[in-house]
Amino acid sequence: MSLAELICPAGTPAALRTAVDAGADAVYCGFQDATNARNFPGLNFTPDELTETAAYAHARGTKVLLALNTYPPAGKVDLWRQAADLGVRIGVDAFIVADMGVADYIARIHPGTRLHLSVQAAASSPEAIRYYCESFGVKRVVLPRILTIPEIRQIRTEIPCEIETFIFGNHGLMVEGRCSLTNYLTGQSTNMDGVCSPASDVEYTRDADGSMSSQLAGFTIDRFGPEEKAGYPTICKGRYTAPHRREGYYAFEEPVSLNLSRLLPDLIDAGVHAFKIEGRQRSKSYVRGVVTAFRRAVDDIRAGRQADIADLVALTEGQKQTQGAFETKKWR
Amino acid sequence: MKMSAGIASGPPLAGRGAVSRLACALVQPLLSRVVRRIAARHPSLFARLGPHQATDFLIDPVELPFALHLRPDPQALVFRAVPRDAAPRAGAVIRGRFMLLLELVDSEEDGDAAFFSRDLEVSGDTEAVVRLRNALDDVDGSIAEETARMFGAPGRAILARLRRSYVAT
Ligand code: SF4
Repeated sequence: MSLAELICPAGTPAALRTAVDAGADAVYCGFQDATNARNFPGLNFTPDELTETAAYAHARGTKVLLALNTYPPAGKVDLWRQAADLGVRIGVDAFIVADMGVADYIARIHPGTRLHLSVQAAASSPEAIRYYCESFGVKRVVLPRILTIPEIRQIRTEIPCEIETFIFGNHGLMVEGRCSLTNYLTGQSTNMDGVCSPASDVEYTRDADGSMSSQLAGFTIDRFGPEEKAGYPTICKGRYTAPHRREGYYAFEEPVSLNLSRLLPDLIDAGVHAFKIEGRQRSKSYVRGVVTAFRRAVDDIRAGRQADIADLVALTEGQKQTQGAFETKKWR
Repeated sequence: MKMSAGIASGPPLAGRGAVSRLACALVQPLLSRVVRRIAARHPSLFARLGPHQATDFLIDPVELPFALHLRPDPQALVFRAVPRDAAPRAGAVIRGRFMLLLELVDSEEDGDAAFFSRDLEVSGDTEAVVRLRNALDDVDGSIAEETARMFGAPGRAILARLRRSYVAT
């Protein structure tokens, strides 16, 4: 049986402590810059904060993973190298990387440092994963959310590293963050600047009838009726009209969150080593609620009991949840 | 997790005129004390606000007879009750039921979830709101409890009563 480690999000020092106290096996976090894919205003850690909170986590047996999971623009690698050096000095337990140059730098300059391959690398075939393992010594791959459980089981037999899968949270998976939709509208790149739909480009307006419109860079991307549940202002989850669809429809994806609580035993059985909870941009309340629920569920399964997972739908985007491709390839 | 109680649609009935002005005058001394104390105890809050220390936030608890004007500038803190018809032009507006806003401040509720359920409305500068949210979320402990403790037993009793009345709605 796999260890089924619980990998939990931490956007602030207080959220990190909350995740540790709620039973995280590992927390993942990032610095306050473009080196990670949640480069949001007011979020993330200064070097001093990470030093202090990593000590808090380590004292309680929780690992700290540092996300360096964006792609440096050509020739501008210094920020990523400095972040890696800093992470090593702080004593983080592993780096989550996507870019080959970043992986190569850490493997060469800091040999022996543990590397996890970010979902942003979108490595979904045994060949691709093996390449990262052989070239940079990657010890774990975070799989893109496009594979079924039988496919994951098969991949497990063909790769020399551990597997981590997402089990809960935001489900924006168009080629796992490599999509350029936000770049097209805002001029900022999710993969290089670390932020999709930057808050400075987002505006919400309330209409007289109680409806709400969300705009990104001046373009209306959705309009929610007075009673309708809302979602994040990302273009992939916008509602659009087209010549054949006059009424406005989710052309790419619906606002919905991944929730694999019911599939945990199958994932463990398939050899998944670690379960990732998305949401570094979310509050301590979310971290507390989700980590506590999944901690209990994983412990129950390990002890051979039926997992009783709390209802987490209130924390999901659009208050809707899905098992996505893990359940069936028919999921678009 | 509480289920959505909904946000009142349309303009609130209270929050204007003489009653509102009187209510503002009554709560103002408390607000000034509260905000000074929180700022003194949690200085790291301001770093997360970045350039939005100078932004005027209007926090609008829909069922109270006034709104709250916050400018989180550490050099010149502003936190005051204002009648809705005399509210300043705000860079960002945050609107919801009072108890929800209090729970968001204390991270007992999740801001994104309240936004998804439409219990929370934001308008104006979204970055300012995100920064304020992240700054408050990084505060350990409960700001509501801290505030209630400032006013001793009566403060704690009022907070407990508020919480009970909210659960009952
Ligand atoms: S638009 Fe959607 S798929 Fe593209 S980067 Fe943003 S969240 Fe991801």
